[in-house]
Amino acid sequence: MAEKIATRAAYGKALLELAEQEPDLVVLDADLSGSTMTKDFGKAYPERFFDMGIAEANMVGVAAGLAACGKKPFANSFAMFAAGRAWEQVRNSVAYPGLNVTIVGSHGGLSVGEDGATHQCIEDLAIMRAIPGMTVLCPCDGNEMREAVKALMAYHGPAYMRLGRLAVETVTDSLEGYRFEIGKGVLLRPGADVTVVAVGMMVQEALKAAEFLAQEDIDVRVIDMHTIKPLDTELLLQAARETGCIVTSEEANVVGGLGSAVTEYLAGVCPVPVLRHGVEDIFGRSGAAQKVLEAYGLTVDGIVDKVREAISIKRALTMG
Amino acid sequence: MKTELRTLEAVSAKGRLLGLDMVYNCASGHLGGSFSAMDILTTLYFETMRVDPKAPQDPDRDRFVLSKGHCTPALYPILAQRGYFPEEDLKLFRSVEGHLSGHAEMHHVKGVDMSTGSLGQGISTAVGMALAGKMDQKDYRVYTVLGDGEIEEGQVWEAFMSAAKYRLDNLCAVIDVNGLQIDGRTADVMPTEPLDQKLTSFGWNVIPVDGHDFAALADAFAQASAFAGAPTALLAKTIKGKGVSFMENEAGWHGKAPNAEQYETARAELAAALAEKEGK
Repeated sequence: MAEKIATRAAYGKALLELAEQEPDLVVLDADLSGSTMTKDFGKAYPERFFDMGIAEANMVGVAAGLAACGKKPFANSFAMFAAGRAWEQVRNSVAYPGLNVTIVGSHGGLSVGEDGATHQCIEDLAIMRAIPGMTVLCPCDGNEMREAVKALMAYHGPAYMRLGRLAVETVTDSLEGYRFEIGKGVLLRPGADVTVVAVGMMVQEALKAAEFLAQEDIDVRVIDMHTIKPLDTELLLQAARETGCIVTSEEANVVGGLGSAVTEYLAGVCPVPVLRHGVEDIFGRSGAAQKVLEAYGLTVDGIVDKVREAISIKRALTMG
Repeated sequence: MKTELRTLEAVSAKGRLLGLDMVYNCASGHLGGSFSAMDILTTLYFETMRVDPKAPQDPDRDRFVLSKGHCTPALYPILAQRGYFPEEDLKLFRSVEGHLSGHAEMHHVKGVDMSTGSLGQGISTAVGMALAGKMDQKDYRVYTVLGDGEIEEGQVWEAFMSAAKYRLDNLCAVIDVNGLQIDGRTADVMPTEPLDQKLTSFGWNVIPVDGHDFAALADAFAQASAFAGAPTALLAKTIKGKGVSFMENEAGWHGKAPNAEQYETARAELAAALAEKEGK
């Protein structure tokens, strides 16, 4: 069985691994280092780790100041607070001046589970994407997360990255020729009938959905769109042209995130049916993570249903 | 003081004249808070700070963050007079043809170390710069100017706590205490006093100072430099709209441009002040 690791755990390890070769790397946290997994970095490199307390707005501003003096800050909290509470600081102190700060939002989406709606950030992808010049990432597994952190080290500019709480199966390590590049999606599975464009932990579910539908001779292409912005329009356009319909899947509100990004792009250049799978514009709730995901349809079945719907719309349009 | 008092007075007087023209030309901008902060900025750029307009990105330079980022009619005339860009550029303040945006902007305006404008955010970036200086064991100092209305933002107090935690004695925050904000007296809108006690209890070294007395300001900055183990706050008592009789202590002049008649009156007063300082 493939390795199972939460992307937040892989992130913490990657920071630690890269610390020696990245002397400018500094890490800030807002009293959640045990959960955002920056704690080990903090122990190993206390002179480069700043716990800013429960004060995300200031943390983001301090990160901006550090970046203005040549440091490479990663500022961490839960997605709800890193992207949500400190949104305007990210916009005005980091993105507008174009500073080299990575905002890291852990515990994104409904899989936060028991803590409930106040901590289940489903809007981060949308609100970060809405900021001009912002790069927005959401890697799907531990392997991809390590590569993403490496890529971010080499990247210069404002970025946001979402991490997940749950341990997830690693799926990108077995892919031949897998290479992570910011802004380039990954074709995980070829297919001709429909394309599922997924992000984060929905990538694994999309692969399972594709496997399931193959039994019915439905040939599903799966793209891991780890970078929501800038969007890999080349890969998308090819998928739209070749498969004729798209399903997007994300552990986020269907308003404003990956689904919106894909729809906005394709509507202008290749208007095929795009169905958005995600949280249906409602707040989450408390419960065991898996149960919450099921209650909101963020499952293999949820994707399968959307795929069937997309294909039937495509057929109706073709016949019409 | 290294710089002659007369020079500082003349720079500041000219700064107000240039600031008035900037705001009048584009019919918008913030004169009240700019004129209250003008003498502070003059002292910083012409007496206190270690900066070289020919090397605006020198990693060892002192940094300045205009946390009250709307007071560009103070900052830009001072930067221009200090030699960062031609005074001529001020004519295109707030215009799409120019490079001088309404709020301080670091990429197009030489000498600006941080883009600001959204109140409460500049102080945090100044904390980050001071922290970087400590990490790199550099001896540069970081200065920031906040409004006394601005400090109503909660982020400012988050920043105050963090600066004290990291013992950032290379950081000096000036609070421009002019007592007024857009909606009226700060004491009525949202009382912030007693500031000295609040900042002391937040772990800061606090120095009250007359924000229009160049010698006192220079001395206060020198004291801040010499103070070890904690950041310093200068509580600078100022007059909003300083230098123009009908603007002084009037909240209404926070962000309003003068009409033609008001402009002529203001210009005459400021020109007379400048001529006097220049000994004409």
